[in-house]
Amino acid sequence: MSLNHNLNLKFSSMHRLQWEEAQQKEVILYPEGMVELNQSSAEILKLCDGSRQLAQIVDELEHKFQTTGLEKDIINFLEDALKNGWIQQS
Amino acid sequence: MAGFNKANITPPRWLLAELTYSCPLQCPYCANPLDYSHYKQELSTDDWKRVLIQARKMGAVQLGLSGGEPLVRKDLEEIVKHARELGYYSNLITSAYGLDESRIIALKEAGLDHIQVSIQASSEELSDYLAGTKSFTHKKQVAHLVKKHGYPMVLCVVIHRKNIEQMPQILTMAEELGADYLELANTQYYGWAHANRDLLLPTKEQFEIAENIAQEFKKKVAGKMKIYYVVPDFHEDRPKACMNGWGTTFLTIAPDGVALPCHSARELPNLNCPNVNDDSIKEIWHNSKAFNFFRGDDWMQEPCRSCDEKEKDFGGCRCQAYLLKGDMFATDPVCSKSPDHHLINQAIDAAKENSLMIDEKPLIFRNRKNSNSY
Ligand code: SF4
Ligand code: SF4
Repeated sequence: MSLNHNLNLKFSSMHRLQWEEAQQKEVILYPEGMVELNQSSAEILKLCDGSRQLAQIVDELEHKFQTTGLEKDIINFLEDALKNGWIQQS
Repeated sequence: MAGFNKANITPPRWLLAELTYSCPLQCPYCANPLDYSHYKQELSTDDWKRVLIQARKMGAVQLGLSGGEPLVRKDLEEIVKHARELGYYSNLITSAYGLDESRIIALKEAGLDHIQVSIQASSEELSDYLAGTKSFTHKKQVAHLVKKHGYPMVLCVVIHRKNIEQMPQILTMAEELGADYLELANTQYYGWAHANRDLLLPTKEQFEIAENIAQEFKKKVAGKMKIYYVVPDFHEDRPKACMNGWGTTFLTIAPDGVALPCHSARELPNLNCPNVNDDSIKEIWHNSKAFNFFRGDDWMQEPCRSCDEKEKDFGGCRCQAYLLKGDMFATDPVCSKSPDHHLINQAIDAAKENSLMIDEKPLIFRNRKNSNSY
């Protein structure tokens, strides 16, 4: 399964994305496990709400952080996220 | 312990709430204490709510609801709801016995995140025998219902000599049930499993064959099913990093409110484990004798004390050192550097001898009657 640029991306219903006050971090929770996220990963995942495709996510983040050239990093992260089952595409 | 810098204490992340020691099943490898029937007091709903609030405030986020059989508690839904409101990720660890569709729905509505169903073996005959109760068909139905209602489905099978040769069929069963996660938990020899060790410990050959089959399967289902393979440490030459370090991550609360640094710590002498009815979780975690007992490495003896691997495995499991050697400060005998490593080989040989006997001695099932005799 590889990342399809033309499909909408959605955070998996089998995982939970949540802010942890004690760690001051966003985390992904799933059976028997937890992954701590850095800020940029969390920002990407929060945009995976089923209404956006890759290009839109890149646009929004580049706009938000007033920068360009994020696409490659975002693709790399989303490919990992897909492999880990954190997101789905439809 | 003296010399350990209290500023280094990390907050608990995992809270294991053993809601009750009651259980309709009788698994001969149960991790509950042998004398569980002597602890009759159970925390009230409000006690559990207080514990959840206090542990959450410190940073606990993964919550295991176990037992015994947690479904026995009538207030399970209320506890789950409270946990959800506090932001826990809650795991119901159940035998599925007595679980029906209406309760699966009610628990979902209360905010339960996932259900871990344990099945004893891949055949009805063996599974029902090990559980001491007719339950196999029902367990499979529950597994389907768990899927149907949108929970991640975690199937747990405890592995030992009686079922290890069913490994291929166990894997097929996991696929048929649509498990999202499969936990293949090689028996850890505490509690009832320790008492039944001669009957449960597989041979090295059996381990290796089963492990190869499981690893092949893991590759085959990658991306579809996650496999957690809990290693059988009797056949390793290094011990497991028990509890990720004593008092660093895990907090277990027993049914009567006793707070334990690991769920077997009740078996250790003179720890004076504190009770949540007397102290707050914060006080227990930071200041109690029990939680500080094996923190850091000041307590270690040789060869651990001067070993360059002590940051990796923390000297292994304290309960294993105590059960095998009678000294909870000793190096875990699983370690090949331990002067007591022969105890492991003796245990393996004794189990093998027992398996070759025509009249194998009978399993001791986990039930009230047997428990009363401890
Ligand atoms: S291991 Fe078996 S007997 Fe022990 S609590 Fe779990 S289901 Fe009950
Ligand atoms: S001697 Fe102790 S610290 Fe070293 S590897 Fe063995 S158990 Fe671990």
